[in-house]
Amino acid sequence: MSRAVGLHLGVIAALLALQFVLPAYHHGVLARVMVMAVFAMGYNVMFGYTGLLSLGHAMFFAAGMYGMGLAMKQWDVPLVPAFLLGIAAAFLLALVVGVLALRTAGVAFMIVTLMFSQSLFLAILHFGAITRGDEGFALARSLRQVAGLDLAAPATRYFAAWGLFSVVLLGTLALVRSRRGRVLVAIRENEERTRMLGYDVWRHKLMAVVVSGTICGAAGAAYGVLFGYVGASFSQVPYSIFPLLWVLLGGAGTVIGPFVGTLFMFYLIDLSSGLTDAYMLVVGVALVLLTLFLPRGLMGSLRDRGMKWLP
Amino acid sequence: MLELRNLDAGYGKVQVLRDLSLHARPGEILCLLGRNGAGKSTLMKSIMGLVRAQAGSIWLDGQRIDQLPAWQVPRLGIGYIPQGRRLFNEMTVAENLQIGLMARRKGADVRENVLNMFPRLRDRLNQRADTLSGGEQQMLATARALCLEPGVLLLDEPTEGLQPSMISLIRAAVVALRKQGVAIVLVEQRVEAVLQVADRVTFVENGQCVLTVTPSELHADESLLHRYVGV
Repeated sequence: MSRAVGLHLGVIAALLALQFVLPAYHHGVLARVMVMAVFAMGYNVMFGYTGLLSLGHAMFFAAGMYGMGLAMKQWDVPLVPAFLLGIAAAFLLALVVGVLALRTAGVAFMIVTLMFSQSLFLAILHFGAITRGDEGFALARSLRQVAGLDLAAPATRYFAAWGLFSVVLLGTLALVRSRRGRVLVAIRENEERTRMLGYDVWRHKLMAVVVSGTICGAAGAAYGVLFGYVGASFSQVPYSIFPLLWVLLGGAGTVIGPFVGTLFMFYLIDLSSGLTDAYMLVVGVALVLLTLFLPRGLMGSLRDRGMKWLP
Repeated sequence: MLELRNLDAGYGKVQVLRDLSLHARPGEILCLLGRNGAGKSTLMKSIMGLVRAQAGSIWLDGQRIDQLPAWQVPRLGIGYIPQGRRLFNEMTVAENLQIGLMARRKGADVRENVLNMFPRLRDRLNQRADTLSGGEQQMLATARALCLEPGVLLLDEPTEGLQPSMISLIRAAVVALRKQGVAIVLVEQRVEAVLQVADRVTFVENGQCVLTVTPSELHADESLLHRYVGV
């Protein structure tokens, strides 16, 4: 077993063990961190590995969340098929957005993804009769049961989040170590050169968008199921910026970086808000310092300073 | 054989190549000489499909290739090493080669052949590409293109900015490829280097191939260099 695989399995094992050690409060925080880390890992496939900077990833998170939530709430679809419907919704949206947005590049790509995301947000508000608009809707605890397990219970929720996190972490690791993953990195490094070595760059970029969007959709669907709420705020601009921030903090183009960045941000806010009302100032200063002194993020900097094997 | 027939190409409304025709045969080195802006690099980009032909056609072994998507051209066996090398800087030497090998699903034997041609790279396999010297970067760019086992190799000023010992190594590699039957189109500013390796020399001026001569004919009439290259 390589060091890279060992490290990732170690993180997964540590998170499993923490369930038995941590106080109840942190179960909830870590479950949320793991689901949001899945969101960030999905974003990382497109941004960190392929070099495509999207400002609209909230749409994929929301597509998964609403796909799942509406299926359960409006059409009484059971949890597991509803969860899969959420993922399918994000997959389809990513495919359509990818085909259209990849006709552009650079700043135009950022703007186009932002506009798509805003369109979804406005559509959620417009079809308020179904989506409950700005207010969103809660998923009753009775709906969040599967095979006798109550996903609203802290322990079950933690394990469910851990399961999704583990699958996506190892899946991402396998992707970036695969032939296609190496080509994505080559595209990030030099798109034209990759094309001149005989690779269909557009098709690979589309694959990255679809994989990324689908993972983010899975995170959105999981969030809705585990925390019982589906809301339009998740399709707004801040939820497109958060994964970018988490990925940059943790280390773009590292598999474990998005988790580290998400964990860091959640606990930085959690701890600083316990100390002062001006916690956003503390967070802001911390982020500025990190950006100045570790511009490649926490794990990216570690990779530069010795852990060259870090994928 | 690579053949360009009456090719017009350019950038938008700016036409760079005008009614340009040339061919490169297997096992020969065709050198392109001309002043800056004559259209040599555009010619190479047109062959690779990076600059679209506006008229005329490009053929490889009897197959028309100018209407193919750019990414399919290398798969047919045309390797291209542009000016400035353009490596995958954050990847190691081994990873750069691997990307080249994967493109046409070539195996370890091809990698061995390439590393035998550039033994210095064998010692640098785990080193990041951007930490190599200029000469080693040029070797890597060439080696990566050779991982495609191209029948035609386009080299755009491969010795630019290199020290003499590196130039000799690159030149030796080019000559070895010719022996293997590869058709090589070489853009080069160093006239003396051209004369040492070329089988034919074509002068490019204002987007046209105005004259093709052998090195011995060029030796015999050095006024050609003054007329077309300005030296």
